[in-house]
Order: sequence, then structure tokens, then C-alpha cells
Amino acid sequence: MKPPILEMKNITKEFPGVKALSDVSFRVAEGEIHCLVGENGAGKSTLMKVLSGVYPYGSYSGEILFNGQVQKFSGIRDSERAGIGIIYQELALVPEMSVYENIFLGNEICKGWTVDWNETIRRASQMLAKVRLDVNPETKVRDLGVGKQQLVEIAKALSRDVKLLILDEPTAALNEDDSANLLDLLRDLKQHGVTCILISHKLKEVISIADTVTVLRDGKTICTLDAKKGEVSEQVLIKHMVGREINNVYPPRERSCTDEVVLEVKNWSAYDPKLGRMVLKDVAFNLKKGEIVGFAGLMGSGRTELARSIFGNPDGYEIMGEMYVRGKKQRFNHPKDAIQAGVAYVTEDRKAKGLILIQDVKQNITLANLREIASHGVIDGNAEVKVANEYRESINIKTPTVAQVVGNLSGGNQQKVSVAKWLFVRPNILILDEPTRGIDVGAKYEIYTIMNRLVQQGMSIIMISSELPEVLGMSDRVYIVSSGRISGELPIEEATQEKIMHLATN
Amino acid sequence: MEFFQNLQKVLRQNIREYGMFIALFVIMAIFTYSTEGIFISSRNISNLLNQTGYIAVLAVGMTLVIVIRHIDLSVGFLAGFLGAVAAIALVFWKLPVWVVIPMVLVMGVLAGLITAFPVAQLKIPSFVASLAGWLVYRGALLLSTMGTGTIIIPDEAFNAIGNGFIPDIPGLDFFLPKVHKLTLLLGLLAIILFIFSEIRNRRKKQEYNFEVLPLDIFILKLMFLSVLVGGITWVLAGYNGLSWTVVIMLIVVAIYHFVTTQTVLGRHIYAVGGNPEAAELSGINVKNITYVVFGSMGLLSALSGILFTSRLQSATTTAGTLFELDAIAAAYVGGVSAAGGVGKVTGSIIGALVMTSLTSGMNLMSIDISLQYIVRGAVLVAAVIFDVTTRSSRK
Ligand SMILES: Nc1ncnc2c1ncn2[C@@H]1O[C@H](COP(=O)(O)OP(=O)(O)OP(=O)(O)O)[C@@H](O)[C@H]1O
Ligand SMILES: [Mg+2]
Repeated sequence: MKPPILEMKNITKEFPGVKALSDVSFRVAEGEIHCLVGENGAGKSTLMKVLSGVYPYGSYSGEILFNGQVQKFSGIRDSERAGIGIIYQELALVPEMSVYENIFLGNEICKGWTVDWNETIRRASQMLAKVRLDVNPETKVRDLGVGKQQLVEIAKALSRDVKLLILDEPTAALNEDDSANLLDLLRDLKQHGVTCILISHKLKEVISIADTVTVLRDGKTICTLDAKKGEVSEQVLIKHMVGREINNVYPPRERSCTDEVVLEVKNWSAYDPKLGRMVLKDVAFNLKKGEIVGFAGLMGSGRTELARSIFGNPDGYEIMGEMYVRGKKQRFNHPKDAIQAGVAYVTEDRKAKGLILIQDVKQNITLANLREIASHGVIDGNAEVKVANEYRESINIKTPTVAQVVGNLSGGNQQKVSVAKWLFVRPNILILDEPTRGIDVGAKYEIYTIMNRLVQQGMSIIMISSELPEVLGMSDRVYIVSSGRISGELPIEEATQEKIMHLATN
Repeated sequence: MEFFQNLQKVLRQNIREYGMFIALFVIMAIFTYSTEGIFISSRNISNLLNQTGYIAVLAVGMTLVIVIRHIDLSVGFLAGFLGAVAAIALVFWKLPVWVVIPMVLVMGVLAGLITAFPVAQLKIPSFVASLAGWLVYRGALLLSTMGTGTIIIPDEAFNAIGNGFIPDIPGLDFFLPKVHKLTLLLGLLAIILFIFSEIRNRRKKQEYNFEVLPLDIFILKLMFLSVLVGGITWVLAGYNGLSWTVVIMLIVVAIYHFVTTQTVLGRHIYAVGGNPEAAELSGINVKNITYVVFGSMGLLSALSGILFTSRLQSATTTAGTLFELDAIAAAYVGGVSAAGGVGKVTGSIIGALVMTSLTSGMNLMSIDISLQYIVRGAVLVAAVIFDVTTRSSRK
């Protein structure tokens, strides 16, 4: 085995009321791709934040050895200087700036007192070539898709000459092509001597790329597995992560679908005045009582726009077409109307649009349905805590108490709070936009189980998902969306990955 | 020893909240020392609280405006202008007080809604919309006092709002003469209510396994606040007792505190501040919340105008100058965050007290007005820096 480039020994990190890491040891060999897996809240992100100096020396106990030297980082700058680059799940690019400005932001190339823009652009082009991103360096970041933005982030890290690159769930928001592309790039970087730590909930991806895998559970190191010795398989990983075996990724279900149509949309078109173009063209679909309908498609194909145009149109699109809710022609002018009619929408981007991060778990869960826990406009604090605790138990939100600030929860648990919030609205029609993004296998299974339970109780679910296995595993019927149109409809018996991809790229 | 460890830990965790009280305490101590006790005299404290009144009610409204990520610069001259309207109505139109006050309050609400209109409907920055209001109301104030100059108000009932005190319980002269018994009684009641509600709250939190203060620290906190309230009550009772201004201020704070912490409306306001987009998707009408918050700001501006005019017993051409900045400063000292969604009305009241204590203390020490501005500026910056650093270090 090659000598370790990084050794973290006996790391313990506590937050008020939570021991996020207890006595964790973690070793990464030089030049390998080391995956870090574990359930939501296991402490993966926290461990990486300790390593990169976000939590400075002194706020945790234990020792960090990097390149054979003891390191006491007091901030990100220190770890950057030592050659550690970290890419957070939330991208940290400035959308209004060009690609080259972003790459060298905070690390400007200067000639005397001024920035040397020509040299900057030349070097940026080199970096872009390195990450195999074929865009003009003068493009604004906001005009790039998520996958390309991710590559720009990596280019930015590489421009600082990193020896160790940390990626926290980089592929969570990427489609399959972009993900594969990113993984290829990591393999490529490995050839050039860059060591990588990769956090991911997508086990297939982990298996395909990892040299070594470390599993964390409840803030402790469970084991470190060597892929070359054939120790890594999906079953083994799940067992170590969850602590028990899960044999099926999708819970079995008796079909509960009826013939009663609860939602029907016809000739539905939407024009976005801000973008100055049509985002939806002549969409038609229906949803039956007790049915899960999957909406598959590429990123940016218009699925989120469709959901939002139905759910009270908060973006102010100009909409043409008809919508029937339980046979009655309706149009929601505000999300409030939609909620009142029994429609709920779990947003795709929980941080920006779903949750209020500075408020606590109970306040977030009850926000969309305060009426139920209030009388004459006065909130009943006891009822609120009770409701929040019910959901904490039923979907297993890992938090010390429901009075914890949501911003302090791990990514996956934030997603569960977001789901709980919309379940509490007690809808008949639930729209889930990428419901399991960033969620661990165990929790995914829980969410799927809940979905099944809900449809059995007569709810109808629209599931927007970019993960084809999930669409195939959970839906009764699949619509495929492509550039703002419905490009196909398949009953689940006929749906296959190939057919869906074919229709989606069409 | 454990006690001190606990104390240290609690102070560190809640430094922002307690820091304000400590700052107020330190400021008062310094002025008491340097004025040889005049600062803490019954008369001065009574005056100080009356002066705080018209800024404090503005600060309460401003807190909510800042919580929803806006600002309202028009409130100072709006208060001045509405004060002048009240004076004109009383003096020239000969309307009775009980008509004038509701009328002015309604005008305040309307003015607030007018400011809110371009902000809510057209997404014009509130800074610009309310700056326009600042100019307009300043002009309106000058216009309405142009012919007459200062308008003296002879109405006693109206003037009592800013200068009068609550009556005492009659027939108790044998017991503690020279002390205002009703004030003492109210103070005592307040302390008892406060202690009971704190104990109930703590019990409930323990029931849910929420974090609570360690018992010894909890008792210390109760004692500290009881002594504070008791002290102020005693000082006030030694002069004329509670003034009507203080009573009004307390009622306003109580109502706003209740609304912001216990009601659906309050929750919606803080949700809009915390993440407008998430709030909208949760079925909250962000526009309506904007109207409500600006409307309330207008109402409180009118109230502030009434308090100030009544205190001076006249409407002047410069009434309301710089009130908006004092209110904004008080809110920031009291811990609101410009990033939105954070800030308590009770904090803003303490903030207002800090700012008026500074003015009052420096006046007593006959410090020149030029220096006073500089000191207040420094305190404002210090408070905000303190806020930002303690917030980020707690992560
Ligand atoms: N700033 C904080 N304050 C309090 N608790 C925190 C804070 N940050 C993290 N935690 C807690 O520490 C634990 C570990 O969180 P962490 O974010 O490291 O999980 P994770 O393994 O990255 O999970 P996920 O897969 O969901 O992203 C969680 O229980 C979380 O609630
Ligand atoms: Mg994480």
C-alpha cells in the first residue's frame, strides 16, 4: 500500500446536543480515489469540514496529518495553501461572473497592481481543457448547466494546485451523462497524481470508481474496505451503512391505482416573460386516484416548470390551457389556492426554495398548514411540537429535538423535513420534485414506503425524477418530458431505460 | 465551581441576547458614576423613558420592516407631519381628542400602505420608495405649518399623553407617602407574572427534552430581571409614577411581542423574512405580508407623532427630523439582521433605551452635540460588529 497522504486520528467533534463525530480515524493513501459513505447525518460532511478548516483547529479534538505533517488549520485558506481543495454540494460560484473570473476568484493573477486578464484567460482555458469542458471562458456561469458548473468548480480547485480534492455529493444534482463524465474526469485526475475523496449516496457510482471505501455510521468509523481485494459490493456497503440488511431497494406494492382522474391538464403552454421564451408547449397529462406517475426527462427539460405552473404559478408565467382538478375546471393563481385545493409541491432545491434554514424543525414542518395548529390565529405551541415529533418519528428525521435549527441538520435530513412539511398539508395530490436527491439508501426506502402507503390511502403522486431506476421502480405510468413537451407516455410494463432515454433525448 | 462553568457557557452561547442588557447596564453605570448619581435619579429616569417612547414605538415597527428585508425611511417626517395634522385638527378644526387620535392613526396606516404599494406590486426597492416618502412628508410638514409656524396645543387631555402620569390609588396616604403605590403594585404584578410564565415555559421545554438553562443560571436570570424591573419601578414610583407614554409603550410592545411570537401572522412575517421564495411556495402571500408590515409601520409612525407632539405640546416645523435613523439604529442595536428573518421587538426596545440613554447621559454631562453624534455612531457600529461576529462564531 502506498504511504498515506492524509491521516485523521481520533477526531471528535461536538455541536450543542449532538456528537457529530466520535473518535473517527480516517486514512487516505496517496493517488487513490477514496469514497466516504454513510447514512444521512453520519458525519461525512462534518469530517470534511474539519479537514478543510471550516471548523478550525481547537473546535474539535484529534489530530490531522497531511503530507506527513501535523496540520492545525484555522480556516479554509490554510488548508488551500497546504493543497487541499473542497467542493461543497452547494456550488460556490458567482453566477453573474464569467467562467475565467470564477476560476481565479480569490486567487487572481496579477501583474504589478492590476489583474492580468490575458494571462488569466489563457490559464483558465488550460484548466478547462484539463477538466475537458468545452466552453468559451468568457461565458457567464449562470448560462451553464449544473453539470458544467460542477466542472468549473473542479477547474477552480485545480487552478490552485491541489494534491487532495474533496467532493461532497458532486453528482447528486447531475444526470447520468454528466455524472459519468465527472467520474471519468476523476479517473483522469488520478492518473495525474491527484488524490480524491468522494462522498456519495449513489452506491453504483461508488463501486465503479472507488479504490477504497470508508463507511461512517452515527459519527463512528465502521470499516474501511479495499476494492482491489473485492471487498466492495452494494450489499456489503448497505449492511455496514445501515447496520442491517436491505434486500430490495424498492418496497413491494400492491397496485392501488383506480380509474378516477383527479388531475387533468390539457393544451397547457407557458411563456416565461423573464426569459422571453416558451417553457412549456402544449402539454397534456392526467393523474388518477391512487396512482404514482413518474415524470422522466433530462435536466432542464421543463418538468420543474410544469410542476410550478400547476402549483399556483409563483414565477408569473403567462399560461394558456385548461386544468381540471377532480373534474372541475380550475386555475390556481397563488400556491395558497393550490394548497387549499389539496395540492402539495415538494421543491427540488430545498435550500433555496423549500426550507427556512434559520428556523427550527417544527416551524418548518408546520409553516404551510399553520391553520391546523392554531385557533383564532394564535398558534398552539404544544400542538406544534406534537405534530413535529410525529413526523420526526414516522419518517425518521435525525435531530436531537424538533427545536433544532434546520440549517444545522445534515443534507438528507433537511430533505426529510421538507417532505414532512408537505405531508402535513395532508394533500390529495402530491408533487415530488427529485424527492430522494441526496438521501441515503435506508431513508430512500423509507420515503418509498411512505409514498406507497399514501397512494394506498388514496393520494395521487406525481414524481419528477432524473434517476431512471427510481422512476421505473416506483411509477405506475411514466411521462417523458423533452424541451417543454411531453414526448411520450409509457405504462410501467412497457417502460425500459432505453425507451425512456430515447424519448427524452428526442 | 460548576456554577461558574455553567454561567460562562450560557453567556457564551447567548452572548448576543445578554450582551444588549449588559451594554445597557454598563452605559447606565458609567453615566451614573460620571454625573454623580443624577443620571439614575427618579426624575431623570422618568424623563428618559418618556423620551424613549416615540423612538421605541418606531423601532418596534421598523424591526418588522427590517425582518422582511425592507427599510422605511419615511417614518420620521411622517410622524412629524401627522403630529402637525393632529395639532391642526385640535386647534383650528376644533375636533375633540377622541376623534383626532383615531383619525391620525388611520391616516398613518394609509400612508404605510401607500409606501408599500410600489414595493409590493412593482418590486421597487423600499429604500427608494420610502426615500420618496421622506421628501414628500417633509414637504407636507413644512406646508402645513407654513402659515402659522409652531402650533401650540392647549388641549390638556392630548398633552397628558406625553407629559401626564397615571393616577395613584386614592386614600392610602398613611402608607409610604411620596411613593406612587399603583406603580409599585403594577411593577410587583409584572414581576410575579414574569416569574410564573418563565417557570411554566421551562417546565414545558423540559417535558419536550428541549435545551433549557441550568437551574442555577435560570434562577440567576430570574433574579437579575426581577431586580431590574423592580429597580426601575421603585425609581419611577419615587417620582410621579408611570407616565402615560410608558404605559402606551408597554402596551405596544406587549401586543407586538405576542403577535410576533404566538400568532400565525407573526410566523408568516418571519417566514417571509427568512426565505421569501419558500414562504410564497408555502402558500403565504408575500405581497399581503408586505402591506401588513408597512401598514403597521405607518400606524406606529402616527402614534410616534402623537407622542412627540403631545410631549412638546406643540407641532413644529422640524418635528420628526432623524427619527427614522434613530429607530433604525435602535433596531440594529437590538439585534435585527439585515439578511432578514431575525430580530425581536423586545430587543429593539432595549436598543431604543440604549440610544436614548446615551443621549440623555451625554446631555447631563453637557457633552457637545457634535461629539454626541460621533459617540452614537460608534456605539451603533460596535453593536452591529458585535452582532455579526457573535452570530458567525456560534456556527
Ligand atoms: N452546525 C451544526 N450544528 C449542530 N449540529 C450539526 C451542525 N452541523 C452538523 N450537525 C449535525 O451533525 C451530524 C452530522 O452531520 P453531517 O452534515 O456531517 O452529515 P452527513 O453525513 O454529511 O449527512 P448527509 O448525507 O445527509 O449530507 C448531524 O446529526 C447533524 O445534525
Ligand atoms: Mg452531507
